[in-house]
Amino acid sequence: MASLRAIRTRIKSVKGTQKITAAMKMVAAAKLRRAQDAALRARPYAEAMDALLSRLSVAGEDQDAHPLLQRRPVKKVELVVLTSDRGLCGGFNSNIVRRLQRFFVDHGSEYERIQISTVGRRGRDYAKKRGFTIRKDWPAKVHYGTARGIADDVSQEFVRGDIDAVFLLYNRFQSALVQRVTLTQILPAAPGAGGGSGSGKYAADFLYEPTADQVLEALLPQHLAVQIWQAMLESEAGFLGAQMTAMDSATKNAKEMVARLTLQYNRARQAAITKELMEIVSGAEALKS
Amino acid sequence: MADGKISLELVTPERRVLTQAVDEVRAPGWEGSFGVRPGHMAFLARMKPGELVTVAGGAPSRFAVGEGFVQVSNDRVLVLAESAERAEDIDLTAAKGEVEEETKKLKTMKEGDGAYEMQRAKVERAAAKVMVASRKA
Repeated sequence: MASLRAIRTRIKSVKGTQKITAAMKMVAAAKLRRAQDAALRARPYAEAMDALLSRLSVAGEDQDAHPLLQRRPVKKVELVVLTSDRGLCGGFNSNIVRRLQRFFVDHGSEYERIQISTVGRRGRDYAKKRGFTIRKDWPAKVHYGTARGIADDVSQEFVRGDIDAVFLLYNRFQSALVQRVTLTQILPAAPGAGGGSGSGKYAADFLYEPTADQVLEALLPQHLAVQIWQAMLESEAGFLGAQMTAMDSATKNAKEMVARLTLQYNRARQAAITKELMEIVSGAEALKS
Repeated sequence: MADGKISLELVTPERRVLTQAVDEVRAPGWEGSFGVRPGHMAFLARMKPGELVTVAGGAPSRFAVGEGFVQVSNDRVLVLAESAERAEDIDLTAAKGEVEEETKKLKTMKEGDGAYEMQRAKVERAAAKVMVASRKA
């Protein structure tokens, strides 16, 4: 049996860990609320953007002309992978990584080249370790400018013909407990794919400045940025949710462990006392006789 | 239709900035500034960085907006802007510094590149802020 002192030290250290995980859980919970608010606040813009785009896509005459809409035989693909900078969040990042791995297994022979852009340190480190081609690495800080930057960057590559399709891989926030790994194609763009309220007769009534096609041309890159922005917000909220859950179960585990150790400690203490008593008694017996 | 007000909604990627019934909206269109009053025809315009003015009850409020779109239909005006800041909230000296800094960066780039366009948009956005902020003073 471990010595009393050893057990006491363990209890102390586990209690310390418990305090830390409990605090991290609270912090994550508070931040989660803010992240959820941010995701919610971004929704009107995204919805308005969708509505505009579906309206325009029926108005545009020759929409295939736009470079971001061009469909080519897909040879080179790029994945934009969203992960977090920090860990301690359960399976949040490993789920993404696993999905990424599966993508390589499933499509490795189908495409000529698969390259990735990473957002967040965890994804980058993993990809580097595996020797995947990382074309670009972005900071995981949630900022619209970053989303815009990514959108412009992949658009350029796409227009130049260096890539034929772009996918977005991220954790969609469902609840604090559930994040769903999502893979969606963002390029070539598919306007009106979301349905929306756009219909032919609507479009005809509108007056466009400068022209419908030019508005569409300006709208597409922004729409792309908004899609990435939404994914970033979802991912951030998902990360905090996952961290909260992970820290909650860590706290519970620590509590259990402390209880078990305390029991062990008390037993050891009792055993020591009994042993000592026996020694005294037998010592006294020996003197008597 | 011509009486009454127009309901204005101003949204950015970060949040919904404003929902308000107003008498008039003036926005920086791609081909020049335009105004919208009740009864305006259905209209969809690209917007460039500049000054957005809303008039409600004779009192104008001004915003510095980034690039975006304005949609007018049935006396509803929807403004989608990359950024929007109330004139009162802009820090003029900071905005001026921003213009200088971004312009400096712009000069190191070569024209015709995608990144160049992005940088130029940044400069324009900062310049719009300065313009709006200095007008109030």
